[in-house]
Amino acid sequence: MTVTSPPAEADALAPPDPPSRRRRRRVGRVSLLLAVPALLVLLIFFVVPALRLLWLSVTTPAPGLGNYTSLARDEVTTTVVLRTLFMAAVVTVVCVLVAYPYAYLMTIVSGRWRGALLAVVLVPFWTSLMARTFAWVVLLQDNGVVNGLLGALGLGPVRLLGTTGGVTLAMAQVMLPFVVLPVYTAMRGIDRRLVDAALSLGARPVTAFTRIYLPLSLPGVAAGATLVMVLSLGFYVTPSLVGSPQQSMLAQFISVQVNQLVDFGAAGALAVTLLVVTLMLLGGVRLLTRTRGAGTGAGLAGGLS
Amino acid sequence: MTRRTTLRRVLVGIGVLVGLWLVVPTLVVVPISFSGEDSFAFPPRSWGVDHYATFFTESSWLTSLLVSLQLAVIVTVVATLLGTLAALALDRTSFRGRGALDGLFMAPLIVPGIVVAVALYAAFLGWGLIGTPTGFVLAHTVLALPFVVVNVGAALRNVDPVLGRAAAGLGASGWATFRQVTFPIIRPGVLAGALFAFVTSFDEVVVSLFVQSPQLQTLPVRMFTSVTNEVDPTIAAASTVVLVVSTALLALVALTRRSAP
Repeated sequence: MTVTSPPAEADALAPPDPPSRRRRRRVGRVSLLLAVPALLVLLIFFVVPALRLLWLSVTTPAPGLGNYTSLARDEVTTTVVLRTLFMAAVVTVVCVLVAYPYAYLMTIVSGRWRGALLAVVLVPFWTSLMARTFAWVVLLQDNGVVNGLLGALGLGPVRLLGTTGGVTLAMAQVMLPFVVLPVYTAMRGIDRRLVDAALSLGARPVTAFTRIYLPLSLPGVAAGATLVMVLSLGFYVTPSLVGSPQQSMLAQFISVQVNQLVDFGAAGALAVTLLVVTLMLLGGVRLLTRTRGAGTGAGLAGGLS
Repeated sequence: MTRRTTLRRVLVGIGVLVGLWLVVPTLVVVPISFSGEDSFAFPPRSWGVDHYATFFTESSWLTSLLVSLQLAVIVTVVATLLGTLAALALDRTSFRGRGALDGLFMAPLIVPGIVVAVALYAAFLGWGLIGTPTGFVLAHTVLALPFVVVNVGAALRNVDPVLGRAAAGLGASGWATFRQVTFPIIRPGVLAGALFAFVTSFDEVVVSLFVQSPQLQTLPVRMFTSVTNEVDPTIAAASTVVLVVSTALLALVALTRRSAP
């Protein structure tokens, strides 16, 4: 659904038009006041609630950083945070390992096949997240299709629903496009003649790959990996339904603080921490992509959450 | 050369496996929705349309579908209107703080859904908006706005400024210029933004889970509670309906894109 959105989004984040174009102002340019209604909605129903949550995290139940220090000391919280980081890292590694050859395949096939490969990778963007997550719950159940396949291969049955393996399989499927797109963008920009030159100068194919091609494609990999990391850290739906409450990740943990313990101070502190980590990682991606010009799908993040 | 063919075969193999992994799992809901049994068994042993009958008659499912559809339509109208106006205002302007404003318009996409959800929940509790149609419309509008601003903004960058000057030179008013020159050019972008807004609202789970009440639920929320609390194959019918709706809409996006200048 978002074939053209990543570049469009990159444009939106790019610095304003260069001076030459800026000078060519349209006659009768529309007033800035037209942006006011949208701005008001965003300010009142997005910025204010976010600041309120930040405020709650440092005032409820008592003023100060008590929520943050007690969370840092709490054993359950640290376990959840470490588990979330671990899961996010596993999903990121799986996505990169799968996306790299897939993106490379996209660069060497004909135009029609490239379109097909791109369409397939975009499927997760337009199929409903709930429908897909439900499908995974069905597939991963003890007598489900995946276990049937594993059994036929003599590997099963294995418990998948509620395990790290099951959650990884389902989460990585959702996240894959976010790596494939930036990696493909980076690879498309690589001048193949550099590799040919290395080969004709006597480099072995493996050397040509590791010394020339891989380093040139790394900015795309870094951008995609960071995005997946960020999205995985805050992912709620799939870990809640495919995973188990005993193995909860950060987003589920925050939801429990709110819905079951009604502890807005702790939930706020966790949410603020998650947001700060997210922004730091994304800031890193922007620096990377700005210097190297690899496109990212950052703007698509919200579609999943 | 043989080495290269081997490599290519391996890559094609990986491509096929990844393609299957991305596409096939989702399609499993379709046969289950036509199963004649009350279980998630796959493949089904008997066939029927009972699950669709339940989906379209039982009030908790039907109401949530209608709520989702109405909500998505309202959000589409509100977000498209506000987002298009904002994109028009920001087009080809530069001023101090422009970057911050762009960042604000993209922020709902970047901030993790759970953070938006908890923030809105805390605020809506105080404002009495939990479980209200207004609360849903506002929450979904916030999430849909970035898609409209991005799509319309991109379309506006393709409008040649000379056209506006030509229209003005021929005596057209600002509004006439917009209606007869600018809008026809950016219409595909506006349409794409509107369809994104619809899909965003129609599919949204996390924020909806927090602003819902048992009396007012959207379809994804009803599906979420179904997966967590019950073994009811009606959800397979619901999933299939949702897949059909979003596929149809995105086919529409693809068509508008193709016919774009």
